[in-house]
Amino acid sequence: MTTLLKRVDREKLVLALAAPLLAVVTALAITSAVMGLTGDNPFRAYQVMVDFGSKSDSQVWIINKAIPYYLSAVAVAVGFRMNLFNIGVDGQYRVAAFFAAVVGGALTLPGFVQIPVIILVAMACGAIWSGIAGYLKATRGVSEVITTIMLNFIAGSLISYFLQEGRLAERDENIIHTPDIPDSSHFFEFSTQVQPIHGTVVIAVLAGIAYWFLLGRTRFGFDLRAVGRSQPAAEASGVSVTRTVITAMLLSGAVAGLVGMPTLLNESGNYGNDFPEGIGFTGIAIALLGRNHAVGMGLAALLWGFLERTGTQLEFEGYPQEIVGVMQGIIVLSVVVAYELVRRWGLRRQQRLVGEELAARAAGTGPRSTDDQDPAEVSA
Amino acid sequence: MGRRLFYARYDRRNGAVRGAFDGPPMEGIALLRRVSRLLATVAISATLALTAACGESSTESNDNDNGSGNNEQPGVGIAFDVGGRDDHSFNESAARGGDRAEEELGVHIDYQTARNGEADADRVQRLTAMAQAGYNPVIGVGYLYGSAIEQVAQDFPDTTFGVVDSAPEGDNVYGMTFAEHEGSYLAGVAAALKTESGQVGFIGGVQTPLIQKFEAGYVQGVHDTNPDIDVDVRYLYTDDDRGFSDPARAAEQADAMLGDGVDVIYTAAGSSGQGAIETVAGVDGAWAIGVDSDQYQQPGLAEYQDHILTSMVKGVDVAVYDLIEAVQNGEAPHGAHEYTLAEDGVSLATSGGFIDDIADRIDEASQRIVNGDIEVQDTP
Repeated sequence: MTTLLKRVDREKLVLALAAPLLAVVTALAITSAVMGLTGDNPFRAYQVMVDFGSKSDSQVWIINKAIPYYLSAVAVAVGFRMNLFNIGVDGQYRVAAFFAAVVGGALTLPGFVQIPVIILVAMACGAIWSGIAGYLKATRGVSEVITTIMLNFIAGSLISYFLQEGRLAERDENIIHTPDIPDSSHFFEFSTQVQPIHGTVVIAVLAGIAYWFLLGRTRFGFDLRAVGRSQPAAEASGVSVTRTVITAMLLSGAVAGLVGMPTLLNESGNYGNDFPEGIGFTGIAIALLGRNHAVGMGLAALLWGFLERTGTQLEFEGYPQEIVGVMQGIIVLSVVVAYELVRRWGLRRQQRLVGEELAARAAGTGPRSTDDQDPAEVSA
Repeated sequence: MGRRLFYARYDRRNGAVRGAFDGPPMEGIALLRRVSRLLATVAISATLALTAACGESSTESNDNDNGSGNNEQPGVGIAFDVGGRDDHSFNESAARGGDRAEEELGVHIDYQTARNGEADADRVQRLTAMAQAGYNPVIGVGYLYGSAIEQVAQDFPDTTFGVVDSAPEGDNVYGMTFAEHEGSYLAGVAAALKTESGQVGFIGGVQTPLIQKFEAGYVQGVHDTNPDIDVDVRYLYTDDDRGFSDPARAAEQADAMLGDGVDVIYTAAGSSGQGAIETVAGVDGAWAIGVDSDQYQQPGLAEYQDHILTSMVKGVDVAVYDLIEAVQNGEAPHGAHEYTLAEDGVSLATSGGFIDDIADRIDEASQRIVNGDIEVQDTP
């Protein structure tokens, strides 16, 4: 029995490594084929990407770029883990960043008070925005896919209503933005030989640790994943599905509220009509790529940053910039497909092994099990 | 009872029940822990390796390249807004200026294009790369480049930076803005004189102060000519730069306007405008007014040219050419310059001859603007 379990465990480790490897190889092969077909040399492109991406200023750029991507992925992943598809991270972080910027621009408190206030306002706004979808899902059974998408549009309209001269914004030529937050409320930075690394990277790391601990190490996390797997089973074991759905959406929204913080507190200092959009959707791709895993999503976010950094350089070298978009799409597809393939293959192999073991035991030649478990449970 | 029983079972046979709940991909917390530790180790060692191996930044390595390079003046860098070079409109106008410089001055021009939903960091990177490559001048086409250029210009004091539609500060920054409201006023006069239904329309790409200049001038031109005419004003997006590259949405809006009886539609929306022009061309007796470039002359729009009444031409090409020529002659223009109707910075195209019959009225309005008899509003 123990030897079998050990063998299955080792197999799983092999499988866990096989999937990403298969994904990377497939993605590289397909991307090379696409570039080859369009008449570009893929190997020179990879060379350019690696050379340029490994420069020290590129590394800083990639890390800074990855911070909001990672936070967005974590927000999406909280929902994914319980089968909630929160497409509304985009609207949530924009509403959150907007109102946080308004509050930040209106106050002039010392930085160590004001920064937490801004962050808390952002988390609260994000949570409220996603909470609407969570409430509707829990009490009325409305699909969160529909509500969060619609809330994205409402968020856009709400912001553009307030983001006008004379309402909550001021005009600076073609850019309309909220009043600047005071310099003392800018987040700290880690200086390097080149450009500084945004201090908000600390927020991202903390969010990642909290995500890992809360979902993997607490009973709440277990309840949440249980609801995601099977609502009736979770309910039968005493988990309140309503409460879990609402809490998960609130959490997802609160993390989404952080997505705009690196830009607001480390870069722009205000929310204007040039505030980046669409990070919420990038987060979905990164959560998929990182398999909802705290470290995996971090790597995925860095990979995304790497591709965007080097993509601009590729254009410089005469490659079409769309090639980066193609690469991103192919990588996500390869990862999803590769994991599914490896999972199925592993499952079949495990079943076969167990079947062989049982057959051997039934024939009286296998090792006698000493514990009281029903053999059928092993396959559960 | 359910809950206690469930957890008891869970505690006793840890792995198996978790497996049942979490499903195959997440099986076994032990495995997860091992994989995450492995990934973390890989990530950390990779980061260390990269930082150790590549203390060099891309600036330093590029300086080396330039030292050994044989080309003293690598040329001119032009960075486009979303929509790209072939938007038949705004970017294409800038590209015409670049092409003319390439032909007449023999300089090399490198064109690059923005992706949708870019952040300032992306634009900064693009401009930095161009400046590093030794391009002079480096020109950002579109107001979104304003703040990025302000940042990058500080790092490259010997390079001249140009930006279209914005006037950022800096000793080596040349801002090129246009009196779009004056040109649009003339478009409004033409629309008012050509409409038969008494209803005309305006479609803006994004509701920014810049596009509102077009709207304000147009509406004023229509009403000064005939106060009884209704102007239907619509924007594709309130604050999303996709508005300049979404022809489908422009087509939808144009279709709705035509259905309401509008028979002249002025679209100021970059490459989205194609959608509106295409839709207008499907209705007999309806007119489209083009923008930025003389769209009657655009090869890509040739099949619709019988419906292109005129275009509000913005002399981006002239401005870009002049800047390149000045830098070639060793000058370093800086400050802000507004290209007005008086100096032909904006004008109404006459290709196709559709407005020849009302040329007197348009010339008259033009004269009065130049004289200062009419003051055109630049906000609606």
